[in-house]
Amino acid sequence: LSRIGDELYLEPTESGLSLRAVNSSRSAFASFLFAPLFFQLYEPGGAGPDTELFRCKVHMKSFLGVFRSLPSLEKSVGKCLILLKPRASRLVLQLHCKYGVTKTHNLAFQECERLQAVFDTQRCASCLCAPARVLAEAVVHFPPTLAEVTLGTGPGGKISLRNYVEDEAEPSKTMVTELWLAEDEFQSVAVAPGSHITFCLKEFRGLLSFAEASNLPLTIHFDEPGRPVIFTLDDTVLEVHLVLATLSDLESNSQSPSTNGVSHLPAPSDDFADDLESYMAAMETSEGCSEGPRSPTFPLCTPRPAKSKPQQQEEEEEEEEEEEGAVPGTPPHKKFRSLFFGSVMTPGRPGPATAQEVLAEDSDGE
Amino acid sequence: MPFSAPPPASGERYALSASLDNARHLSSLLRAVHFQDHATCLATASGLRVTVEDAKCIQANAFIQAEIFQEFSIQEESVMFRISLSVLLDCLTIFGTSSLPGTSTALRMCYRGYGYPLMLFLEEGGVVTVCKIHTQEPEELLDFDFCSTKVVNKIILQSEGLREAFAELDMTSEVLQITMSPDKPYFRLSTFGNAGSAHLDYPRDSDLMEAFHCNQTQTNRYKISLLKPSTKALALSCKVSIRTDAQGFLSLQYMIRNEDGQICFVEYYCCPDENITEAEL
Repeated sequence: LSRIGDELYLEPTESGLSLRAVNSSRSAFASFLFAPLFFQLYEPGGAGPDTELFRCKVHMKSFLGVFRSLPSLEKSVGKCLILLKPRASRLVLQLHCKYGVTKTHNLAFQECERLQAVFDTQRCASCLCAPARVLAEAVVHFPPTLAEVTLGTGPGGKISLRNYVEDEAEPSKTMVTELWLAEDEFQSVAVAPGSHITFCLKEFRGLLSFAEASNLPLTIHFDEPGRPVIFTLDDTVLEVHLVLATLSDLESNSQSPSTNGVSHLPAPSDDFADDLESYMAAMETSEGCSEGPRSPTFPLCTPRPAKSKPQQQEEEEEEEEEEEGAVPGTPPHKKFRSLFFGSVMTPGRPGPATAQEVLAEDSDGE
Repeated sequence: MPFSAPPPASGERYALSASLDNARHLSSLLRAVHFQDHATCLATASGLRVTVEDAKCIQANAFIQAEIFQEFSIQEESVMFRISLSVLLDCLTIFGTSSLPGTSTALRMCYRGYGYPLMLFLEEGGVVTVCKIHTQEPEELLDFDFCSTKVVNKIILQSEGLREAFAELDMTSEVLQITMSPDKPYFRLSTFGNAGSAHLDYPRDSDLMEAFHCNQTQTNRYKISLLKPSTKALALSCKVSIRTDAQGFLSLQYMIRNEDGQICFVEYYCCPDENITEAEL
């Protein structure tokens, strides 16, 4: 999670403890859900059935500092107690170590809104599943500094991985690495032929090392360029999701401007309403997200009043593309589409309290 | 293999002359107190004491008893001089710091007296190096007036339990707070850094606890930057004794066993931090 963002969001739920992170440009989101069974004791708390479970965020570095040296932790720590004390404004991490020694860390936290990316693996046209080792061995061929990689499907069911080279780069000065994996290296392959997506490798590597270490197969759900790619790991007590924005092919994008969050498939308006229902509501409203100029990947995420017209959104995006690398920390390429962090306001339905940008409206403008 | 240095031309004997088969017995100990460039050396019939001080708040002493040396002869009651510890360590480790089994650097140390440089003769594998290090006027040393009769609280711990704790101390905290008490939490190390506070508790019945004599609950704060160098001494030691007196002065004594099984001591004395504020919990 630390490869993704600087803040760790802790959200206890009835179905387990969820740890999440998002990157500064909102183009990557990851969540680790630990089922209650993962713990010896799990009490999500909450004063009553109607009160929301308390959630918070802490600085990633502070949290990681508690678990500094993993090898010695394994040898010396018996159990770890995590307590959230809202009244004292402290997240308490207590490690019970060898020889009766107790290490107590009282970390300061910030309250936060629910952090949830909007994604639906069911809507993805393609799905791959492979042991983490296969992907790790494939990725090792790319230089550690490589920003983006393109995953594609090819003839004979083969899957390709290729480093992404920007159009502006000089052909004579760039090196292209491409490797092909046979279908049988994967546990399952269900892909739309000729499909390809480009995503940020750095953020993916973090998940890959975790998958390798925990020996879990990695599932990749993807769709058209521009729609997010979703990596999942599943275990009896752990569910991991990594959602990354992908590069969109502007040339082939002949759809309506508000493609974010709406399926590219020529769906009738009935499906559209169903889509809306599946979108999650909360928007991250804490201070951290309003710094600096707007991210080209994600026009949302600001306390400014929402702009509700898709046409306007398209204009914004066009403007943003004219900005040259204005936003620090965004993925290098301007054409990345954003992830879905907004809530969608259906006409007629009362929207959430905070001002939201509408990602998709009725498609009568098409 | 010890070798003898040529006697001084005038026929006088050296004020201090000592031989050591394995210079590492000296260099490792000196490293444990090397947090300042200069040190004061005091040689008496019982052995050699090397003292380093900082900020008028902290003092570290490394003791190498005469018995550790193959030869230790002193002509005066005591010999004292100030010397660059960095240079001394560089010379002692001139053949390299990695310790290959079976090889060791032999040392002969000679000091003619006040005003004369310290001579070091180092030999390894037939190669001899001669070093001459300037000595300086010794400066007055702090006297912490710490004696065992004034000790309020005393704990002896196996170093193993503290090593990791000290190595991982939150250095964003300005102070290290030490609580010693006959009641819970018995022995607690606390830091107050940018991320929040951290407490390390050692119960009195822990296997690590060799002795626990706490009469009064005391909480004292010490500047963490001053105590952090003691981590080196902790790393070398097998046991550490932690004592505080009524004024909150801290004494840390480390028992170090060298490669030949001989025992040496390093001690650190530290004044409590004057800016006392209410401890966070």
